[in-house]
Amino acid sequence: MPSHPCLVLVEMCLAIPAKIINKKENLAYVDFGEGVLREVDVSLVDAKVGDYVLVHAGYAIQVLDEQEALETLRIWSEVLQTEA
Amino acid sequence: MTEKSRFRDAELARRIAEKIGQATQNERAVRICHVCGTHEYTITHFGIRSLLPSNVEVIAGPGCPVCIVPASEVDEAVELARKGIVVTCFGDVLRVPGSEMSLLDAKAQGADIRIVYSLTDVIKMAKAEKTKEFVFFAVGFETTSPSTALEIANEPPENLSFLVSHRLIPPAMKLLAETEDLSLDGFIAPGHVSTITGLKPYEVFPRKYKIPTVVAGFEPLDILMSVYMIIKQQKKRMPQLENEYIRVVHWEGNIKAQELMTSVFDVVDSNWRGLGTIPSSRFVLKGEYRAYDANLKYGVKVEHGIDIQRGCRCHLVVVGKIRPTGCPLFMKACTPENPVGACMVSSEGTCRIWARTTASQPSSTPST
Repeated sequence: MPSHPCLVLVEMCLAIPAKIINKKENLAYVDFGEGVLREVDVSLVDAKVGDYVLVHAGYAIQVLDEQEALETLRIWSEVLQTEA
Repeated sequence: MTEKSRFRDAELARRIAEKIGQATQNERAVRICHVCGTHEYTITHFGIRSLLPSNVEVIAGPGCPVCIVPASEVDEAVELARKGIVVTCFGDVLRVPGSEMSLLDAKAQGADIRIVYSLTDVIKMAKAEKTKEFVFFAVGFETTSPSTALEIANEPPENLSFLVSHRLIPPAMKLLAETEDLSLDGFIAPGHVSTITGLKPYEVFPRKYKIPTVVAGFEPLDILMSVYMIIKQQKKRMPQLENEYIRVVHWEGNIKAQELMTSVFDVVDSNWRGLGTIPSSRFVLKGEYRAYDANLKYGVKVEHGIDIQRGCRCHLVVVGKIRPTGCPLFMKACTPENPVGACMVSSEGTCRIWARTTASQPSSTPST
């Protein structure tokens, strides 16, 4: 199962992170972590193979930023250390 | 430690909750409102409220797009189905009560009503079954609206039209901000709506209403951190707009999606089930797309429906004025198997979330 800090979240908002394995024009084949590839429309985003996208009802709505995900984790631990 | 568990670290959660407790000790009670069904799911499922001090309250606003669809629009869908048109919708929409019946009831009576996971499924069906007329009952907030706009801009098949029921969340937040007896001290802004809209629509809340506003992700630590950020703003008496969900939400949002929505939709005042009329709160198709407007195509329009059944308190639940447990019907006459109101129908409805969490059944959390 692909490992990525953003591969968490979202049970019911139907927006789930997935990795783009294959892409042809506006159609991508993505892995939600099960190893099964599903078809997703990527017209709404600028994404390339290897990117993780947030998928909602069959459409990618945003590209996930791995750096920002790691930054989030870092900020959280820092906040707890530095603040009185 | 797996990546997922870093976002659900119980020790980190406990420490953030401790910080919140320290920051609010001996302070007056604080009421924070979120407007997203999935935020309510995280809060309820992970017991966030039990971690917060008693003077910090998080209430659930109208974050369930299916719950606030007025009965009149369900009635229109039912009427279309009864005319022999194939009505398609997302799963939750099927059981939402209309004035007399739900789409599920209509289906039981023989109407061709089909649940889809995606609008792409509807496009495929319409192309495959050219002799049939199809309608997509398009429900959802700004997370879902762009895909509808995209497909309409791409010229869908002629035998497909749309019952556009999409609504916008910031106008509902304005209503809550202006509801005096709610006295909100903070907003947790919706995570995935914000990936589309960006943060600009929420600027008005700290600026005009002096309400601290934080866009939050969906992990329990996201919610706790967002509450902490709101509390800190409160203490400094400097209401601001902040983004906790930086890994997915950008300030500008999704520009492509925004441009599509602007080109396909006009924004109008509309009725929300349980909330009444909210100005500039609903998307409708622009004139040049009238060929895809199911209301116009089939001459079906219902002005008024019965939104709240007798005894139902969804109109109070949906603005956070009462908890589900404050409704006398909750888990008695109104259950997930036999829902009375819309809040018990949708997986993002506050009542259904509470019902599923308190019931002794296996958790619905997906496997890692």
